[in-house]
Amino acid sequence: MGDWPLLSIVTFLPLVGAIFIFLIRGEEELVARNARNVALWTTVITFAISLLIWINFDNSTAQFQFVEQGTWIGAGINYHMGVDGISMLFVILTTLLMPLCILASWESITVRVKEYMIAFLVMETLMIGVFCALDLVLFYLFFEGGLIPMFLIIGVWGGARKIYASFKFFLFTLLGSVLMLIALLYMYVDAGTTDIPTLMSHNFDPEVQKWLWLAFFASFAVKMPMWPVHTWLPDAHVEAPTAGSVILAGVLLKMGGYGFLRFSLPMFPVGSEVFANLVFTLSIVAIIYTSLVALMQEDMKKLIAYSSVAHMGFVTVGIFTFTDQGVTGSIVQMLSHGLVSGALFLCVGVIYDRLHTREIARYGGLVHNMPRYAFFFMVFTMASVGLPGTSGFVGEFLTLVGAFKVNTWVAALATTGIILGAAYSLWLYRRVVFGQLVKEDLKGMLDCNRREILIFAPLVVGVFWMGIYPAPFLEVVEVSVANLVEQHEAALEAARQTMTAAAQVGN
Amino acid sequence: MTYALIVLLPLLGAILAGFFGAWLKDRGAQIVTCGLLVISALLSWLAFVEVIYGDGPVTVVLFSWIVSGDFDVSWALRIDQLTAVMLIVVTNVSALVHIYSVGYMAHDPSIPRFMSYLSLFTFAMLALVTADNFVQLYFGWEGVGLASYLLIGFWYDRPSANAAAIKAFVVNRVGDFGFALGIMGIFLVFGTVQMDPVFAAAPDFAGKTFNFLGYEVDILTTICLLLFLGAMGKSAQLGLHTWLPDAMEGPTPVSALIHAATMVTAGVFMLARCSPIFEYAPIALAVVTIVGASTAFFAATVGLVQNDIKRVIAYSTCSQLGYMFFAIGVSAYPAAIFHLFTHAFFKALLFLGSGSVIHAVSDEQDMRKMGGLWRHIKATYVLMWIGSLALAGVPFFAGYYSKDMILEASWAAGTGFGEYAYYLGIAAAVMTAFYSWRLLFMTFHGEPRADEQVMSHVHESPMVMLIPLVLLAIGAVFSGIAFSGAMIGHHWHDFWGDSIFVLDTNIAMDTAHDVPGWVKMLPIAAGLIGILIAYQFYIRRTDLPAAFARMHEPLYKFLLNKWYFDELYDLIFVRPAKWLGWILWKGGDGRIIDGFGPDGISGVVLRMAKRATTLQTGYVYHYAFAMLIGVAALVTYYLYLSVGGQ
Repeated sequence: MGDWPLLSIVTFLPLVGAIFIFLIRGEEELVARNARNVALWTTVITFAISLLIWINFDNSTAQFQFVEQGTWIGAGINYHMGVDGISMLFVILTTLLMPLCILASWESITVRVKEYMIAFLVMETLMIGVFCALDLVLFYLFFEGGLIPMFLIIGVWGGARKIYASFKFFLFTLLGSVLMLIALLYMYVDAGTTDIPTLMSHNFDPEVQKWLWLAFFASFAVKMPMWPVHTWLPDAHVEAPTAGSVILAGVLLKMGGYGFLRFSLPMFPVGSEVFANLVFTLSIVAIIYTSLVALMQEDMKKLIAYSSVAHMGFVTVGIFTFTDQGVTGSIVQMLSHGLVSGALFLCVGVIYDRLHTREIARYGGLVHNMPRYAFFFMVFTMASVGLPGTSGFVGEFLTLVGAFKVNTWVAALATTGIILGAAYSLWLYRRVVFGQLVKEDLKGMLDCNRREILIFAPLVVGVFWMGIYPAPFLEVVEVSVANLVEQHEAALEAARQTMTAAAQVGN
Repeated sequence: MTYALIVLLPLLGAILAGFFGAWLKDRGAQIVTCGLLVISALLSWLAFVEVIYGDGPVTVVLFSWIVSGDFDVSWALRIDQLTAVMLIVVTNVSALVHIYSVGYMAHDPSIPRFMSYLSLFTFAMLALVTADNFVQLYFGWEGVGLASYLLIGFWYDRPSANAAAIKAFVVNRVGDFGFALGIMGIFLVFGTVQMDPVFAAAPDFAGKTFNFLGYEVDILTTICLLLFLGAMGKSAQLGLHTWLPDAMEGPTPVSALIHAATMVTAGVFMLARCSPIFEYAPIALAVVTIVGASTAFFAATVGLVQNDIKRVIAYSTCSQLGYMFFAIGVSAYPAAIFHLFTHAFFKALLFLGSGSVIHAVSDEQDMRKMGGLWRHIKATYVLMWIGSLALAGVPFFAGYYSKDMILEASWAAGTGFGEYAYYLGIAAAVMTAFYSWRLLFMTFHGEPRADEQVMSHVHESPMVMLIPLVLLAIGAVFSGIAFSGAMIGHHWHDFWGDSIFVLDTNIAMDTAHDVPGWVKMLPIAAGLIGILIAYQFYIRRTDLPAAFARMHEPLYKFLLNKWYFDELYDLIFVRPAKWLGWILWKGGDGRIIDGFGPDGISGVVLRMAKRATTLQTGYVYHYAFAMLIGVAALVTYYLYLSVGGQ
């Protein structure tokens, strides 16, 4: 078992599935059915194999595990894969969400099914690659490559304003990416390699660090998304098909946070320190501003999209506290948000499939004929408002504890998010689910079918598991985070000494 | 094991009734939830005897919850004297309410769901009172909030019920904002959120300061005030009380259990639990006294003029909670918990009794449409009298012992704040008696004001509803006389053990027994005066109330509209929030960010491209690409400069 290239298998298995689907020929109906089945089986098997990573994962070390190395381009640019406590659970999150996405698209996607499934499977390979890559160039390829299938998913299978939305999505994310590419080139020239573990111990000049940090920040902030570069997200969500939204909210948004943890903190400690207050400010603005905006939304998906921006605000606050609780909390918050926001978009999808509108005012009283749906929606709403006992609480609370240690203003202002979050979430729920069932076309809507229950069930389990007994998750994360925080402090200390030394020499 | 069962049996009931309701049917769901709750109640008596008279307090650690660095929280059950008393209150009242609901909700289409929510609430409340760390306390705290939200909005067809449910949750969250910050503060200062080590270390931090929001402030005072903000939300104290009257939208058994006997007293419990911290924060205690006394007075004034039978009792609850808080403020924690204990019985009795009335008059809640009912529902009538006598503090009923103790202790505290509380408490006592008898007279006496159809249907409640009422009435009569010696007598230390801590310098509990005679007599006189005024107004001269209302029109309007709190909050919080949300969305996101960002840039690029027609290709991404190259060049330049500049 030990010498199997587990990470490469998990990463590229979906691609193999995609090639299979590509080769399917025949009548359209038959092709669609086969494509769905192949996609489902591929993602399920990928998920099963990815669990082996978790089972064999050693919680006691912060080192990279399941490491694979091979020559690729050469000259310091190689194929290097591996996971640690920070990245491992994101791989599992991705492989878990994918089969659910395929299931959610089972009936709602009827045109170009084959191409749709290929896009999703390629997407999966790229997403897993992002979390496994230990070479900066490799990472960049996966990171940017992910844009293309998403761009296509929105652009081809999206709603009425899909062109505008996909253009906006592309423009924003690419803008950040280009800056990152330049920084990457500089780093390669400076360190002579793009190997991530090597770069982590490479001391970049403190002055340059600030610029490198900003270049990476541009990319990650857009992905998060942070205020004020968040406006692509509501549009992208609104136009994307349900499964696209799930992946977007569930996994793509996590790449920004992951990037901060993998690159910004360990490689540019001085930059991180200098700009921490900037991040805090933007995060706080995001939490309050987007919560207020969410309150006024008339479109369900937009509301959840804005709430995602607010939730990601907690993540960025947590990361830049540089404390155990803050960083752990931000990882848990990202995992939790992956489950919860994914589930909420699936909830929207369930009723969108039936009525083909996302307008909140068109609904009301669904609890009467859809009690099971009402239950699922309630669980995820409560997880979204961070009720203790659900996954949402653990992450949110830990980030706030971390924030309180560093800056009470940040903690106090961020905590207002729990009030506003309750307001917009419960109001959404009330307008969609509660009330009298008076609208004629709603009366005919059927409750969740077996396929939909199958989609929600694992998410409900995940939400409660992470909320009541999060130890299995926290233990994975613990050592790596402790190491990250320690390294960050040490690097900062070292940088400070060099600077004082340099200053003395200068004098 | 027994202790774990007390807490977990209601959860089991909730799960069974909630998920297997269709299979259990209505009757099955009722049997399961009621049965498990009764077992839990019996076990809690065992626990009570064991803890108070047997082996003393224990803590059972179940399994770890959140561990991150030095932040370490486990699921645990802490059963000490304070918890044991709370267990008795919660499980017994809850069991009786469960049984009562079998009759009260008999015609409701969603019985399993109702029973499930009630049991879920009970579980959360038990998790709250057994918490051995602040995070689990918060879990129970939010859990009861969820159950309260679900039960207030139980009749989800009604817009008013939905609005009330959301209001309850959101207003509570305002309190929780403080509570959560308080917990974070505790972790920052003490390095742990376990109660025992925090309480043990509290004296070391007395008088020390730390930086909070840029100010150097006293550590313990700040933490206590933050925790108190949470308590104010949950216990509906002045300022954060607005959700409680609206919560009456829920079915009446819910009002009895959650909004009278248990959940709303969680704030009182929390403060008593934190007595080892509050004792070292005198300023915080003074604030608690003032807020408590003001609430007692304010809520009583509003209760004078309400016409909805449940709202009168709701304001009464709010007012009585005020008493409990100012008792805590003068360090008379045992008196506060004792009043919590007796109040649970007589207030649940009053609520369930009013439910019996509402049941009798075909779901009418407006007292102006009642009257003359006593002949038709005699058992309910007698039970309501007992509840009112206990509430008004008429001698030898339960409320007499607890309320008088609170008033005497506040006087005995010998401080200005204590005196403030004493006099407002006396004034509130007069009003309490007045609105209680106003309720009795308007409902049961005089000419029937309901139409004939309703009057012909008036009927006594079934035994399944009356028996719980009788049991609560027994509590309302005897819980005071039976426990006053142990809980608030000279040897209260022996009863409460280490669960309540009072500094030697805070003498209210001990000197309360030696106050002058008039201090002791005034509360009783206040009660009797209130009853007499009500008699004059609503039996002898029934034209007086209307004349009074006309004479003091502005005052009457002011009270009837609950001091205009709702209108004020709507004006300063709700509307601006919506307005801001709208502005930020359309203006901030739409016009500014998108306007200058993607839309603006693409617009500029398109215009430029139109001019340079030779370059025009028509593809948007070409322009985007051109723009990106520009930006890239800029950053390259900067990087080059910074590297070259070395």
